[in-house]
Amino acid sequence: MTAPFSWIRAEPTGIRVVPADCWIDPARPVDTALVTHGHADHARGGHGVTIATPATLAIMALRYQTEAGATPASYGETIRLKDDVSATFVPAGHVLGSAQILLEHAGERVVVTGDYKRRPDPTCLPFEPVGCDIFITEATFGLPLFRHPPIAHEIAKLLKAQSDNPARCVLVGAYALGKAQRVIAELRLAGYHEPLYLHGALERMCELYQDQGVDLGELRPVAGLPKAALQGQIVLCPPSALNDRWSRRLPDPITAMASGWMRVRARARQRGVELPLIISDHADWDELTRTIEEVDPVETWITHGREDALLRWCELNQRKARALALAGYEDEDD
Amino acid sequence: MERFAALVDALVYTSSRNAKLALLAGYLQQTPDPDRGWALAALTDGLDFPAVKSSTIRNLLMERVDPVLFQLSRDFVGDTAETASLLWPEPLDERGPSPSVSEVVALLSGLTRATAAAGLATLLDRLDADGRYALLKLATGAMRIGISARLAKVAFAQAFGVSVDDVEEYWHGQTAPYAPLFAWAADGAEPPRGDDQPLFRPFMLAHPLEETVVDLKDYAAEWKWDGIRVQVVHVAGETRVYSRTGDDISGSFPEIAGALSIPAVLDGELLVRGNHQGGEAGGAASFNALQQRLGRKAVSKAMLADYPAFVRLYDLLIAEGEDLRAHAWEQRRASLEAFMPRLDPARFDLSELIPAANLDDLAEIRGRARDDAIEGVMLKRRDSLYVAGRRTGLWYKWKRDPLLIDCVLMYAQRGSGKRSSFHSDFTFGCWNGDPDQGAELLPVGKAYFGFTDEELKWLDRFVRQNTISRFGPVREVEKSLVLEVAFDSVHASKRHKSGLAMRFPRISRIRSDKPAHEADRIDGLTALIRD
Repeated sequence: MTAPFSWIRAEPTGIRVVPADCWIDPARPVDTALVTHGHADHARGGHGVTIATPATLAIMALRYQTEAGATPASYGETIRLKDDVSATFVPAGHVLGSAQILLEHAGERVVVTGDYKRRPDPTCLPFEPVGCDIFITEATFGLPLFRHPPIAHEIAKLLKAQSDNPARCVLVGAYALGKAQRVIAELRLAGYHEPLYLHGALERMCELYQDQGVDLGELRPVAGLPKAALQGQIVLCPPSALNDRWSRRLPDPITAMASGWMRVRARARQRGVELPLIISDHADWDELTRTIEEVDPVETWITHGREDALLRWCELNQRKARALALAGYEDEDD
Repeated sequence: MERFAALVDALVYTSSRNAKLALLAGYLQQTPDPDRGWALAALTDGLDFPAVKSSTIRNLLMERVDPVLFQLSRDFVGDTAETASLLWPEPLDERGPSPSVSEVVALLSGLTRATAAAGLATLLDRLDADGRYALLKLATGAMRIGISARLAKVAFAQAFGVSVDDVEEYWHGQTAPYAPLFAWAADGAEPPRGDDQPLFRPFMLAHPLEETVVDLKDYAAEWKWDGIRVQVVHVAGETRVYSRTGDDISGSFPEIAGALSIPAVLDGELLVRGNHQGGEAGGAASFNALQQRLGRKAVSKAMLADYPAFVRLYDLLIAEGEDLRAHAWEQRRASLEAFMPRLDPARFDLSELIPAANLDDLAEIRGRARDDAIEGVMLKRRDSLYVAGRRTGLWYKWKRDPLLIDCVLMYAQRGSGKRSSFHSDFTFGCWNGDPDQGAELLPVGKAYFGFTDEELKWLDRFVRQNTISRFGPVREVEKSLVLEVAFDSVHASKRHKSGLAMRFPRISRIRSDKPAHEADRIDGLTALIRD
């Protein structure tokens, strides 16, 4: 009999499922990869076989122009990786197609969350807590200062800036996969049905969301429009374009950014943001700690983010925990 | 407190000066007394609550939050007040009504070291995260959100449609919450008086002459001195020396403050006497010498002896209680000349008039002036009253022609605000020898104006297309573009590798026609040093 949980290993390039010889979100090409969601730091191209939800595979196909080895796994469907190793994809509530992966072997259950949040999101299915022995969680916003306000509050701020400034436009920097579409869908929920204008880098991902059945309303490209046509409008772009030359074509834009980091004033100011929108697709401190209590695992492993503080919380709450040193996860633009 | 907190946040995220003014003016219009006065004082760092320290906040938080989690959060945020505002536990029951700014000020003023923590906690429980941030910033007197006293006064003037010069004049001597000021500006009451206090009076300023032609029958000419403009005020046994911005600099120049004992308001140029640095014995030294005295809190005996200050007077605003500002310049000048014998000649002298028949004569005299302390000439309309600010047609300044040099663009940095997407901050250099013999470029200065918007676009494109490496926000460019740089003077400086520092450099022309190796050399620039 081997030591408990020795079949699952955290290695610098990813989480390895030893008996099935496959990896979760590996940072380099491998024979068999299980991918939690489509963000570039989790979903990389070049694997022999990629097992992921159909939506994640569609996102990867769009990004890497290759579908070789794509093996779809529907939510709730249990996939046998090897005789006695299975994987089940469970909604994580992070972005379209995002999943936690439940791994079972020798009577032991391990859940890898990937990235997740607990707030409702009109563009994806909500997180489902799954009982397990080992809970491998992210900790991007793992500091008690991160408490994301209700999204309706932030969307109201955005709409107020738009209606208060008819001669300008509001330029919202939002991550191209997930954040941009969520902001759009939330604007629609708030009753804003005017066309929304997109930077070229967001167009294809928004189309993909719409093909997958997420209604985003009327979207128009910014390219080719005169300044005057954009006065009083809301424009979305990737965060990197906020202070780029590209933004000079816009009518005196109010620089907004949708990100959990906007909670901290200095972070917003560093990026020259005038209108910080605290909107995150990651769990905040309360969601992280509540989820650990709810899942109530024997052990909590922390993949990336502010792991020191979450470890400290586990220690204060008599929970066994450890931080995994995984390379390659980025969280700057969320 | 909610509105104040919203104002503070809006100001934090706004970089444009006009937008800040509009925010502040709107707040002042819509907020009742005395809240708006306290808010204004808080924003301009005019409030002090000695009982509340940064450590008070830290200790308070440590009682409520795990110290390790607090420290990790503090390290991430980089600001104790902000960290505390975010970490403060929300009260379990319904939060009471938010306190008003004046209620907060009253409570904070009443705190002692012993009661500070408990008092602060009560207030924190009544506010949301943004309110807590504003409260803690206000309580520790560390707003630092880019609101200068001047900007606050301009906003005040804008809010109530009064002249900023009047605001400057009445502001002095007033304390928070400035009830008489608001009564005057918002409700039309009599302005606050300050006859019995040594207050600052706003300066009369000059326009550049440029292409204007004036008749010297109507205008008097005097030298424009390269010192700092000061106002010396004596009332009721107290003397103050004020700088151009109205800051009290009496402490830096005790020999001036101690030399006036007649009730008066004098306007002149602060200079240091120096035969060092090439000046004539007993005359005025260059601005570089004066700089030794600026910005010092404590003045040593050696400083006083080596760089003795004096004021070269050119106007008299108030003499023995009589306000002369409504008199013509000619009359004030006569009063000043009559007043001079009563002043200590070691500390005050008279700025001489320049006898010139016409502008051509004056141009000739101006061109011949070689005194380091002369920056150019002034032209003052003989019948001009002393009015605050810059009024067209009354006073002109006619600076000496700038010096020019051809430099090579070396580095560029992005600007801020409107220019944030442009590289608008340029560092340029000169050759330290013959470039064909392997000489190198050494940076000699930095300029961020002088060019037109079109030229800025051109320069920005040049920088982007010729970047050879990046250091954070700074780009190093291919050393191929010659810039003609105008400057007022150049001085020896240990701070720069080239050993030189330019005064007031600006880009005067882009010389893309000129090859880089033909740009000027360091020794050419060194030859222009006159101090």
